Amino acid sequence: MRTLLFALVLAWTATAARAADLSYDLMPRLIAPGTYIVEGRREHFSRDNGGNIVNTAFIVTETGVVVIDTGPSALYGRELRAAIGRVTPLPVVKVVNTHHHPDHFLGNQAFEDIGVSATAETADIIARDGQSLTENLYRLSGDWMRGTEPQVPTGRLEDGAEDIGGHRLRWLLLAGHTASDVALFDETTGVLFAADLVFKDRTPTTPDADIVAWLASLDVLEALPFRLLVSGHGSEAADAAPIAQTRAWLGWLDGTLSTAAAQGLSRTEAMQLPIPAGFSTLALAREEYQRSVVHLYPGLEAGALRHTVGRK
Amino acid sequence: MTRPLMLLVALLLALPARAQTVDPADPLASVMWETVREVVFPGATMVFDDHVQVFSPPVVEDTMNVPVSVRVDGLPDVEEIVLLVDHNPIFKALAFFPVQAAPAFETVIKVQEATPIRAAARTSDGVWHVGGLRVDAAGGGCTVASVAASGGDWDRLNEVSGTAWRRPDGGQRLRFQVVHPMDTGLVDGIPPFFIERLSIATPEGRELARLELFEPVSENPVFTIDLRGHAGAVVIAGADTDANQIAARIGVAPTLFGLMEASR
Repeated sequence: MRTLLFALVLAWTATAARAADLSYDLMPRLIAPGTYIVEGRREHFSRDNGGNIVNTAFIVTETGVVVIDTGPSALYGRELRAAIGRVTPLPVVKVVNTHHHPDHFLGNQAFEDIGVSATAETADIIARDGQSLTENLYRLSGDWMRGTEPQVPTGRLEDGAEDIGGHRLRWLLLAGHTASDVALFDETTGVLFAADLVFKDRTPTTPDADIVAWLASLDVLEALPFRLLVSGHGSEAADAAPIAQTRAWLGWLDGTLSTAAAQGLSRTEAMQLPIPAGFSTLALAREEYQRSVVHLYPGLEAGALRHTVGRK
Repeated sequence: MTRPLMLLVALLLALPARAQTVDPADPLASVMWETVREVVFPGATMVFDDHVQVFSPPVVEDTMNVPVSVRVDGLPDVEEIVLLVDHNPIFKALAFFPVQAAPAFETVIKVQEATPIRAAARTSDGVWHVGGLRVDAAGGGCTVASVAASGGDWDRLNEVSGTAWRRPDGGQRLRFQVVHPMDTGLVDGIPPFFIERLSIATPEGRELARLELFEPVSENPVFTIDLRGHAGAVVIAGADTDANQIAARIGVAPTLFGLMEASR
């Protein structure tokens, strides 16, 4: 019995030691005056990447730092805050969650003393689903998640512009990728932070998507006079190409699935349709396409099956 | 030693014992397969067979709604196809009897966790041919209450909506949905309540295909079936565990079933 207990303790210690070694090695990259991107990998959540598949960003203004999204775990949040501290001695003055997906808000614990802001819808969804979203990331990312708990944003974002430390920041309350998506246009530097309304060279994800609303949001973003575009996934761009790429994928997805449903294809048949070669630059296209069929096809096939043919 | 610790140790000791029962022939190397086999197919002759193909997305996000299709190619006289989920508390999801239909179907099921999903096809010689795949999943599909049980739209219970598409081979593609909570009985205070049988027949009463359903089939399930040699109207009849009747008629298929290329 003693041997078994010893083995248990040994196993526990080994796991703890491994967890202590984990680090995202976050490297903020200067992309515009005072503006940094922390770029994640164009992958799905895994125990290898620890959920570092997302872009976070921050703006160092004259009076303090504005942080856009907090990452996929408490560890990420702490490392992000430490990385900011290496760039500037100024305090963090504002932290936002652009939407409720777990890779964008699970670092909130590291900014508890400052408080995190989001829209009322996003805060409500995190309050309702935060626990299950977090549990799922524990399953996908493993030890990297240690100590991570969902923290509901307490501050509210309003649509419109505000001045922080010499930057004129315009908050755009949009929707489509989820029920509530916030974009930020820094009118001072010309940098547009589009969050997950725009994906670059990474297939858009649709678990909470409304394609029509999403396309309308892309029109709003494209009309802004931005000089640099930071998307939620993929590197920054100096033009609107990532917007066009996201629009093209969503348009193809919606058209293909609508046609498939109208022609009687089953869900798994729709999942196996070919993806045009034009999308070959998008990472995870087949996987995300299959996920999108699960998300979107039930709604589309309801139209095709609309004939009520019998009641009890 | 404290009681919880003793329990933990007992559990740890029990794990390898279960793992020893993996059938070496099982391509999915499932620790549960021997149990599934003993419970669902006692005494039956079973072979693993690639002619039985199961398709489902490899990663399941919504454990309450997992689309699964089964297709048997190159086996004669398939009389019954059983859909199984190794790691569900209830293994058997449904049995499909393709009387005059292709030995293929799609439906939507609940899974409790990452699991093999299998189809066993019985040919007329009595042998079960087994194929399958493994899906990864977050937990919880079978022990979550249905939307209906949480206060859904009971006025539409057993309502059927569906459409048929003509097939070039003279048959038809049938897709239909039945409004039903399909409660498993595994949630405290919500008894099992699910559709038990569905039959598809000609208006004259000649049976074309039949389904026996069990708890793991999803709420408001959608079924896809290909009928052979019958392009006319069909009648769907069935009943749930409370003997509520299901009765519907799907008219003659107006449009052609087709792949994407057909419309361009």
